[in-house]
Order: sequence, then structure tokens, then C-alpha cells
Amino acid sequence: MDGHMAPVLDLAAIRADFPILSETVRGKRFTFLDSGASAQKPRQVIGAMVRMMEKAYANVHRGAYHMSEQATEAYEAARRAVQRFLNAGDEREIVFTGSSTNAINLVAHSYGRGVMKPGQAVVISEMEHHANLVPWQMLRDAHGIELRVCRITDAGELDMDDLAAKLADGKVGLVAVTHMSNVLGTVTPAERIARMAHEAGAKVLFDGSQAAVHRRVDVQALDADFYVFTGHKLYGPTGIGVLYAKAALLEAMPPFLGGGDMIAEVSFERSIWAPIPAKFEAGTPPIIEAIGLHAAIDYVEAIGMPAIEAHERALVDRAMARLPHIEGVTLLGRAQDRGGVFAFALDTAHAHDVATLLDRAGIAVRSGRHCAEPLHARFNVESTCRASFGLYTTPEEVDLLADALGQAREFFR
Amino acid sequence: MTGLFDDLRDLYQEVILDHGRKPRNFRRLDDADRTARGDNPMCGDRMELFLKMAPDGTIADAAFQGRGCAISMASASLMTDTVKGKTPAQAHAMSDGFRTLAMTGTCPECGGDIAEEMERLAPLSGVHDFPSRVKCATLAWHTLNAALDGQAKEASSE
Repeated sequence: MDGHMAPVLDLAAIRADFPILSETVRGKRFTFLDSGASAQKPRQVIGAMVRMMEKAYANVHRGAYHMSEQATEAYEAARRAVQRFLNAGDEREIVFTGSSTNAINLVAHSYGRGVMKPGQAVVISEMEHHANLVPWQMLRDAHGIELRVCRITDAGELDMDDLAAKLADGKVGLVAVTHMSNVLGTVTPAERIARMAHEAGAKVLFDGSQAAVHRRVDVQALDADFYVFTGHKLYGPTGIGVLYAKAALLEAMPPFLGGGDMIAEVSFERSIWAPIPAKFEAGTPPIIEAIGLHAAIDYVEAIGMPAIEAHERALVDRAMARLPHIEGVTLLGRAQDRGGVFAFALDTAHAHDVATLLDRAGIAVRSGRHCAEPLHARFNVESTCRASFGLYTTPEEVDLLADALGQAREFFR
Repeated sequence: MTGLFDDLRDLYQEVILDHGRKPRNFRRLDDADRTARGDNPMCGDRMELFLKMAPDGTIADAAFQGRGCAISMASASLMTDTVKGKTPAQAHAMSDGFRTLAMTGTCPECGGDIAEEMERLAPLSGVHDFPSRVKCATLAWHTLNAALDGQAKEASSE
């Protein structure tokens, strides 16, 4: 914070923006600790999407009439909002997709098959979400690409020595790693990873699905070649994700999906691709969702990422002061640099039983493997519960979780 | 006992907690005639079921190994207890009945020659109030069907 006082956010006012937070579950106040799976939506996002549908909706990039022109302008304004949010140099570097998963698949297909050569390698890490693992396995099998998995330490941090070793032979074309683990909460040293990748002649992709919600992301400062995130974890709607990619890369990549809107000229013999980013946005895009994402970005920026970061850091400190000290609770990962995601196991009960009990107390946590099965194998646990925080999470909710966990342990003893 | 979770006693009845903590028939049958694996990939519940058939075609012995939540362990434990001595047809009928029980909380068709066994399984009927937990209870029975039908592929209640 450059020595300044950390900005404070008005938690009561924020919570009032999220209608669902005043719901009750089985007579208990709804304590939502699953924002890492999908975040709740403020009125500002809901209202923007409804207003668009009621006042200004038509398909984009097609109609020579007022409503379509208005919708097109709103859709392109959303792109510029994302550009500013990521500090991208050029709005053409922002591609709207259906999700983070779609965005990674786009890169795996268009960059992986279109630009990478068989015999090259992709490096991922042991703490990837399946979305940043399976597309690379598919690329490996389809295109003769080697898949290398960088180890993580027992603390749940990326093993930088192993990353250096994986990069050493110069065969790596792409390093694709998470910017923040959806299980361990670990924030990875993205700038350093990018530098190491570039020095080894590789491009770098960050899965920012978790990180972009909690930290200010500057793709130019990171020198990221590709950066993906999703709308629904950022208090926006489902059905929209973002791929940031350097313009020169997008220019060099063949399209992912073919269809309308991604072509400049079509005849039965051949088609000529539209310029970027349209080349990668075949078909009618998620228009209403883009407007919702724009509203979500405006929402978090009005609060300010520094204030959100400070609030979540206080929640993490509170959780770290309580959760590891509950008897029988084992926390996965102890990264130095971490966000508000905590996966844990209880000695007397399976994760699903714990989640069912917590639900009875109105507390929503995720249980299972959180789309990170190999990571659970790495830590030799079948499944965990995961509590994840959002900007509306209160310190009292962290306490509520800790108290309930202690009681849940007793229940199953 | 704690007050916060008292109303969960319908789901976690003492018999379930007991079978969950100390599952019966929790072992490998080295001379099994039929085996099958069951997996709930979303939950991390996993089991391997072993059946030993008697010369008259009934199930002489049933045992299982695996890991999972209290519901899935208790269900497998109770299942292996109750299918012993049953014919494959009776075991299938119990399996159908159990699925009805787990999804609706009752099983009007669960009478006749399986009535007594179904009564023993009744403590698991509480899962019908917990839609996300029904598959925990039914995994063992899906695996039983796979073992009886000799399916090579892994059973899943997903």
C-alpha cells in the first residue's frame, strides 16, 4: 500500500448490494463461503443486464438500425472496460469467450495446434484446475506435444527450481499455470514465471480465474502472453469469459471456431478471416453477459481493488489465526502469498459429511476435489472442504465457520 | 451433544454413524467370484465390492473395501450385511427398492421376501431430503448391480 493506510470498504453497504445475502437457509442466515466456485451478483450487475434487455437489446455487429448499433456500442464498451481492467495495451487484445475454460481451449487449439510444432512441450503445474490441464492433454494426444508438470512444494508453492529444470532444454513452447490456486489459495509469482518462460523462449499463459477477482492484474507489467479469467467469479454473470492475448499472437493464430462474425469474406470456395478480435468470436457472442461483466468491473473498480485486497487480507489473517488451530483440522497448503481460499480436511469426518453439517448451520462450502483431482492425489487426500471468500465476506462469517467446524468434529466423534 | 446439528439426527442416525465408523464386512474376499469397482468422481467416494456365490446361486458372502463419506460407508456396510443369502434376483429387487427409498424416503413395493432386509436399510431413507447426498447412499448398490451383471466397466452413481 506504499506506506498509506489500507483503504477500508463499507461492508454493510456492499452486502446490501447483494440481494441473495439476505436470504435464509433452513431458518439460518445464509453464510456463503463458496465464492471461489461462483460469486454472488450485486444489483448493479443484475440491473444492467435487465436494462439492456428492456431498453437496448439487439444482435451486435449486424443491424444497420438504432438498437443494434446501440447494442454493438455497449458490447464494445464492455471490451474496453476489460482492457482497462487488465491494463491491456489494445482493445483488440480482448477476446470474449464463454468462460475461462473456453478461453484456455481456444489457446490450446489455435496456438497449440496452429502455431506450436510437434515435439515442443507445454509446462503446467501440479495445482492446476482441470480446465488448465485437460485441454493440454488433448493437445498432447492430438498434436504430439509433450506435457510437463511442474512440481509444487509441500507448502503449496510453485517449485521454481523444478520450473527452471522443466524449461532447461529449450523445447517448451508454452508455460500455462494458475495465477492463484482454486484449492490452496496460493498466488504464484507471475512476473518471475513470465520472465523465466521468456528467457527459455516460451510463451506464458496465466489462468486468472481466481486471481483477477482478488488482485489488481496488469498484463503489461506481468508481460503475460495470454491471460484468462471468467465473469461469474468476478460478481458478473455466467456464460462469459475473457482471453487476453498479445495482438501479434492473435494475428498469428488460426481461428478456433468457424461461423458468422469471424469472417471478412465468404464464398463457397473459401473464407477470409475477420481482423482480431472478431476472428475469435464466431457466432452471436454473449452480449447481455458482456454488459453484465462490464457492470461487475465497474462495481469492483468503484470499491477499488486495493480496498478489496486489504479486506480479503484481513479475512485470510483471521482464517489463518483460527482454522489451523482447530483440533483435527488439516489445512492444505501454507503458501506465503495467498488469497482467501482454504481447503481443509477434518480427521473424524469425510468432506461431504462436513459440508452437509455446515449447510445445516447455513454455511455453504464446497466439498470434493474442486476440479483438481491430481492435486488432491499430490497431497494424498481423497477430498476436502473448501471455504472461499468474496468482497462481501465478513470476519464474523469466518468465525462462524471455525466454530461450526469444531462442533462438526464432535458430532462425528 | 451439540445443539447446532441436532436436526441432522434424521440423516445421521446412530446406526449410520456406527456403520460409518466401523463398517462391517470391510475386507477383501480373495476367493470372490464377482467383483466390481464403484466410483463417485465428484466426491472422491471409491469402493471395491467382492461377492462369493454359493453352489445354489445365492450370495454366500459379500465384502467391500474403499473410502468415502459416512453415508457411503454405512450404505455399503449395511448392504453387504443384508444381501448375504439372497439370490441375484432378490438382490436386484433390493437394489431397486433401495433407490426408491433413497430418492423418496419410502418404498411401498419393498414387501414380500425382502421386507425384513429393507427394514434394516430404512435408516438411510433420510438422504432423500439431501439431493446432493443420494448418490453417496446409492453407490454401493450401483456397484452391486455391476458385480451381479458381470459388467467390466466401473460403476458410477453420477
